[in-house]
Amino acid sequence: MTPTTNRLVYNDPGWIDTLAAWVLALLWILPLAYAVWTAFHPSEYSTRFELLAPLTLDNFERAWAAAPFARYFLNTTLLVAMILAFQLVLSTLAAYAFARYEFMGKNVLFALVLVQLMIMPDVLLVANYKTMATLGLVDTLWAIGLPYFASAFAIFLLRQTFMGIPKELDEAARVEGASALQILWRVYVPLARPVYTAFALVSVSFHWNNFLWPVIITNSVSARPLTVGLQVFSSTDQGIDWSIITAATLMTSAPLLIGFLLFQRQFVQSFMRAGIK
Amino acid sequence: MTSAPSGTRAVHAYLLLLPAFVLLVAFTHYPAVSTLIDSFFSTPKGARPGVWVGLENYAVMAGDPVFWKALQNNAWFALATIPLSISLALVMALWVNERIAGRGFLRMAYFTPTVLPMIAVANIWLFFYTPGYGLLEQITGLFGAPSQNWLGDQRTALGAITVVAVWKEAGFFMIFYLAALQSLNPSLREAAAIEGASRWYFFKRVQWPLLMPTTLFVMVNAVINAVRMIDHVVVLTRGGPDNASTLLLYHLYEVGFKYWDTGYAAALTVVLLLVLASVALFQFFVLDRKVHYK
Repeated sequence: MTPTTNRLVYNDPGWIDTLAAWVLALLWILPLAYAVWTAFHPSEYSTRFELLAPLTLDNFERAWAAAPFARYFLNTTLLVAMILAFQLVLSTLAAYAFARYEFMGKNVLFALVLVQLMIMPDVLLVANYKTMATLGLVDTLWAIGLPYFASAFAIFLLRQTFMGIPKELDEAARVEGASALQILWRVYVPLARPVYTAFALVSVSFHWNNFLWPVIITNSVSARPLTVGLQVFSSTDQGIDWSIITAATLMTSAPLLIGFLLFQRQFVQSFMRAGIK
Repeated sequence: MTSAPSGTRAVHAYLLLLPAFVLLVAFTHYPAVSTLIDSFFSTPKGARPGVWVGLENYAVMAGDPVFWKALQNNAWFALATIPLSISLALVMALWVNERIAGRGFLRMAYFTPTVLPMIAVANIWLFFYTPGYGLLEQITGLFGAPSQNWLGDQRTALGAITVVAVWKEAGFFMIFYLAALQSLNPSLREAAAIEGASRWYFFKRVQWPLLMPTTLFVMVNAVINAVRMIDHVVVLTRGGPDNASTLLLYHLYEVGFKYWDTGYAAALTVVLLLVLASVALFQFFVLDRKVHYK
């Protein structure tokens, strides 16, 4: 065998690998495929698989009418947007300080930021609930969002990025009389745009899907995000009408799923970028 | 840094940090410390504040069979999900890194569970596992297997939960392996091919050692997930039957927000924080010393 064919052997997996990869992939999307089948067919077909079963959107209509999903969608959208906006602004300012300033206690403060990477708000439920009760914020979108506004992950990521930007750009802008915040806004933020996109995608998918803290801190329709609304809906209102539940499930996941299918490459690259330290 | 004296610059830096720190202190540092303090006090009842009880909450914990069950379950859950999801992630990444047929579809199929809300997909899995007419039952029925209540049986409930967790996170970890594989120098591959090394040998001697930092990074994430992933437990089993599938965080959730025993819940939180802190210390002192990130 010549080296070239050898390399091709490496790059082209044999039929066993291909078959195994496909079997695993089909297993992996089976739950989703099953949900799509059930949601788009009348309930008598939810466990019977016939190729020519009639398609219907009826399940979606009934699910939509059975619970205030419009409100849930609004709540989740507002929540995700609010969290992302705060995260971006606060972490940009903090990351800039860590990347470009010298001050006393810098290392200690940075270590205090990193603590949040391990001790996440998801675990500090009881204490944060008390704080929200003291602030009178229980059952509001603010209560869901507040613990996540300062993100150690975002600060860490942006600090790394800002430190990689050549200082000469910084100094050139300074010579022209730009202030520190102007430099941050005109030089650093534009150059870090890919990192912002990456973080935004990760943050939006995390908070769209977040459940435990929202379910604890909310108790009415006006503040419930989609995930909590879906759980309330499927565990109490519907008994076991699977067609409606799967329709509601798909509705809840649809914006992220469609976004992912349309921007698959960006999604995957963003998660990669966010994961490489 | 010519324009401002260093004192002014330091003030600027503190001002830049202030908003983020107010929130970090309020919702991470303060609650972590106050949880520790609360764990030494009894649960406040009505207008009566909690009183100092020393280690009583911890004594309650030591005598709480559900806590020990949750701890044991969580250990099994971690021992199963961590190696399974990591090895599947690695295999997936190795596949889609090659020129395999349908690479785009495979990558999408593996990654899709990551972007779906756990609470939503758990509903699908609930249907999947339903005895009588769920899909799993229909498939096993074809082979003549007897009916099995996967979520309602003490022997299988934890396993059923574990499968869902592995399914959810393997594709997520695959991404990190894929990123690492794509950053490996292609000439390594050519050199190995010229030497006539087998595909397995190439993996074992070249790819696997070079992927070690990624493996450790993914492992830390997998440990954290094993502690914090409980959305699917809420939907699928609620810890049952008879606490057969309860996990630590789920137990904490029940104690804190179903029975409102906040003193005991604080003690349980302290245990969880200790677990997370030891992961952090392990990562910091052992891994970061041994592994050289780029």
